[in-house]
Amino acid sequence: MTAVDEVELRQHFEATIAHDQRIEPRDWMPDGYRNTVIRQIAQHAHSEIIGMQPEGNWITRAPSLRRKAILIAKVQDEAGHGLYLYSAAETLGADRADLTDKLITSRQKYSSIFNYPTMSYADVGVIGWLVDGAAICNQVPLCRSSYGPYARAMIRICKEESFHQRQGYELLMTMMRGTTEQQAMVQDATDRFWWPSLMMFGPPDDASPNTARSMGWGIKRHTNDELRQRFVDMTVPQAQKLGVTLPDAQLRWNGERGHYDFGPIDWQEFFAVVKGDGPCNSQRIEHRRRAHEDGAWVREAAIAHARKAVAR
Amino acid sequence: MSQLRSDWPLFEVFLRGKRGLNHVHVGSLHAADAQMALRHARDLYTRRNEGVSIWVVAASDITASSPEEKDPFFAPAGDKVYRHPTFYDIPDDVPHM
Ligand SMILES: [Fe+2]
Ligand SMILES: [Fe+2]
Repeated sequence: MTAVDEVELRQHFEATIAHDQRIEPRDWMPDGYRNTVIRQIAQHAHSEIIGMQPEGNWITRAPSLRRKAILIAKVQDEAGHGLYLYSAAETLGADRADLTDKLITSRQKYSSIFNYPTMSYADVGVIGWLVDGAAICNQVPLCRSSYGPYARAMIRICKEESFHQRQGYELLMTMMRGTTEQQAMVQDATDRFWWPSLMMFGPPDDASPNTARSMGWGIKRHTNDELRQRFVDMTVPQAQKLGVTLPDAQLRWNGERGHYDFGPIDWQEFFAVVKGDGPCNSQRIEHRRRAHEDGAWVREAAIAHARKAVAR
Repeated sequence: MSQLRSDWPLFEVFLRGKRGLNHVHVGSLHAADAQMALRHARDLYTRRNEGVSIWVVAASDITASSPEEKDPFFAPAGDKVYRHPTFYDIPDDVPHM
């Protein structure tokens, strides 16, 4: 390719983005865009896959058949989300087996939230309410991502997330109508998941150096702090309706800003968890690695069978 | 780490949302063969009755135009505006047109 070609291709790419049109798999795109989108989609896919574990932990101990069926369906959806996203990453030339390898060797990350343990069944409700709630805040704007296959995967995912959040909130409402012990479980789960949920939006804007470039490319639509504020504003009235207290003494309505003010986030904890020092990091990766290795013979047998069928 | 590679080929998945509609591409998945791809496609892409019919096709069997070829490839249609109904001026008072 000549230098002139490259200039023309780049102009075409930039014009497509400027017109808020989608970039599609066979389009020319700068390497930086391709690599950033692959990393973003892979990290998102890994989060969906690892995200099955904290809740999967409770499937065998669900309090009723109804709750068990709901929880299985939810965890199965998260597997589906991971697969939609791996599929989108592959349109950019990423290899799925390679992505799995990068996850289980900790060369690619997943959301820090899934490194916290689930201590009681109330956690299933709080995860649906807060963690899926925060995920929805993050994901709805990504339905307009400039990368077409990612945007389309996000539309499918967002449709399914609404069930996740609602089943969680309904579970919590049921528990809040129950015994004082059940109410205490809901409060305890809320206390443990509130701050990690706020951390899901990532570091504050002044410590998020790639935000401007990603927003220029249309693969990020709002800053971390904007999305975090939106989540807080949406969640406070839900907490009030539920009758739980969010564990932040500085949380109050600011009429001037038209938003809730909230207390400082412990970013040291966030970076420690991202670095691998959360309560469950090694357990999560180890579990994923074991599942992958235990499944190897099935994958091999299936392909051997398929080859034999062709030969016959 | 090549021993992790599954070697399951990639299949593209197309769904007919309901009777009367075309099949539409929804994504892809890996499977050992087409039969398995169909079953996986059902589990992955139709958990909420999103389709009444599924096609799967090995991604390697798809031939596609490239965006770089766009101009010459789509040019034959470009200069045939008379294929579009708006090419023809019909007075507003002619009914049912
Ligand atoms: Fe999800
Ligand atoms: Fe979810």
